[in-house]
Amino acid sequence: MSERVLMKGNEAFAEAAIRSGCRYYFGYPITPQNEITEYMSRELEKVGGSFVQAESEIAAINMAYGGAVAGGKVFISSSSPGIALMQEGFSFICSAEIPLVILNVSRGGPGVGTIQPGQADYYQATRGGGNGDYHLFVYAPSSIQEAVDMMSKAFKIAEEYRNPVMLLADGMLGQMMEPVILPDPTLAVKQEDIPKVKPWALTGTKESRPHNVIRSLYLKAEELEARILALDEKYQRAKAELVEYQTINLAGAEVVFVAYGSTARITEEAIDLLAEEGIRAGLIRPVSLWPYPYEAFDKIPQSTKAVISVELSRGQMIDDVKIGCCGRFPVSLSSRVGGMLITPQEIAADAKKALGVE
Amino acid sequence: MKTIFELTKGILPEETTYCPGCTHGIAHRLIMEVLDEENLLGDAIGVAPIGCSIMAHHYMDVDMCESTHGRAPAIATGIRRVQPDKIVFTYQGDGDLASIGTGEIVQAAHRGERFTTIFINNAIYGMTGGQMAPTSLIGQRTTTSLEGRKKEISGMPIRMAELLATIDGAVFVERVALDSPANIRKAKRAIKNAFLVQQKGLGFSFVEVLSTCPTNWGYDAVKSLEWLRDNMIPYYPLGNLKTPGEVK
Repeated sequence: MSERVLMKGNEAFAEAAIRSGCRYYFGYPITPQNEITEYMSRELEKVGGSFVQAESEIAAINMAYGGAVAGGKVFISSSSPGIALMQEGFSFICSAEIPLVILNVSRGGPGVGTIQPGQADYYQATRGGGNGDYHLFVYAPSSIQEAVDMMSKAFKIAEEYRNPVMLLADGMLGQMMEPVILPDPTLAVKQEDIPKVKPWALTGTKESRPHNVIRSLYLKAEELEARILALDEKYQRAKAELVEYQTINLAGAEVVFVAYGSTARITEEAIDLLAEEGIRAGLIRPVSLWPYPYEAFDKIPQSTKAVISVELSRGQMIDDVKIGCCGRFPVSLSSRVGGMLITPQEIAADAKKALGVE
Repeated sequence: MKTIFELTKGILPEETTYCPGCTHGIAHRLIMEVLDEENLLGDAIGVAPIGCSIMAHHYMDVDMCESTHGRAPAIATGIRRVQPDKIVFTYQGDGDLASIGTGEIVQAAHRGERFTTIFINNAIYGMTGGQMAPTSLIGQRTTTSLEGRKKEISGMPIRMAELLATIDGAVFVERVALDSPANIRKAKRAIKNAFLVQQKGLGFSFVEVLSTCPTNWGYDAVKSLEWLRDNMIPYYPLGNLKTPGEVK
């Protein structure tokens, strides 16, 4: 039964994964997402699942690959530097076409950076730190409820496309508490049913079928090129099918903000502040970050004089904003970094500066 | 008519990419013979990491996946959670297991993971063209130790079987060699016992297999076997280091 509860973001994410049918989690401690690892260590065995505390994020992503090649529904979480360590695994798993759901409760960088929230993993998530032509499908929730709702969708997309899906949250969403409606639990797939549901999985041949092989190495150039083109076909299909975004107040807007995740919520308050001063401001909130909702930018009206990318980074998503605007509007950045949160007042001030109003 | 030779069930009729005289073929065959004799071919899941043996799935007719370099023990850990009743094994070379993958093998042993690792130690990096491995012998010439491995620069060759035997969760540890028919028979027995330990759920089982790399050592097949016998075995003593009482 769906139930409305007050929960900390990280625990709600973990519970949502379990209710989506996830039974395998591999984690390594890193702040600000430890509540997920702790929750999974307590709860997974109760539902017949399995938790392993990995020796590193490198081991965790490879355990996740192992669990998923064996047909398990696998979820992993980490935070920015830990996600950096997993990049080789992401590339490998995309190449091997294995479903997986990844959550990044991101924090400020570069390097060890801070344990405070940040959005400076945008390039890491959407451009990838791994090698080769691959893409994660990336979604950015702006509330705990949205993250919870995205979780079961993420598993469905991961399994349908046989590609990892990343939810890019941040420390703010992970650490805050909100009322949230939890979905009804999905039945987990039993081990004996895996060969039917995932005929490609490594379940043992029972000497009754050809052996299943999961691979990433193709030494013949012709073979690898064909593989990459097949993967690219999938990515092009994703671009057509998986784009998601929200627009607010675009009609007649003088300034249009573009913001994702928790920053989008702060930006909504800036829109109200500007309205009090008689300035019409709108918002494009990309929900999918890869594929990016470039089509949303076609909805920016002629009345708009400035487009502003609001980020907790020094201008990463702004590259996509510029691609979306295609030179039609001046684009600028409104940003705080290092774990500092941007305020509605600061965003409103940046908007007035861009519009040339004091 | 009396059958004097049969293809091993579990070995696919492919031409291998392994060099002439390389002992990978023998090791592959021993594993498949054991799985066949124990009626486990249909339950086996193998992990083949980077190195020459990433090609193993072309020759072993069991479910298999490729692995990132060194991470096979982590992957086997994940497989084992989802398929707890299967026979899971990793097949790793010495560059893979004793260098880039030391963290994963030590921690898998430490957790007492119920899978089996077959560790092919030929004292060199094969696939990349003969660079020094942590297992290369003192004085051994490689493409990254042209004057021979020196202790002052690279330390002493690492003995993985002895290292892992100190870990409580590694319950079966044995070192074997593929240089003679007698040793090959002992190797097969060790692999059989390692799988038996796994089947009984007793903990992590590990078989180090001293092997040859004729191409990168620069010897022919016969000389390679002699070099293994004369140089590797004295430094890497053969024998069982640990067996649980249940399979003795």
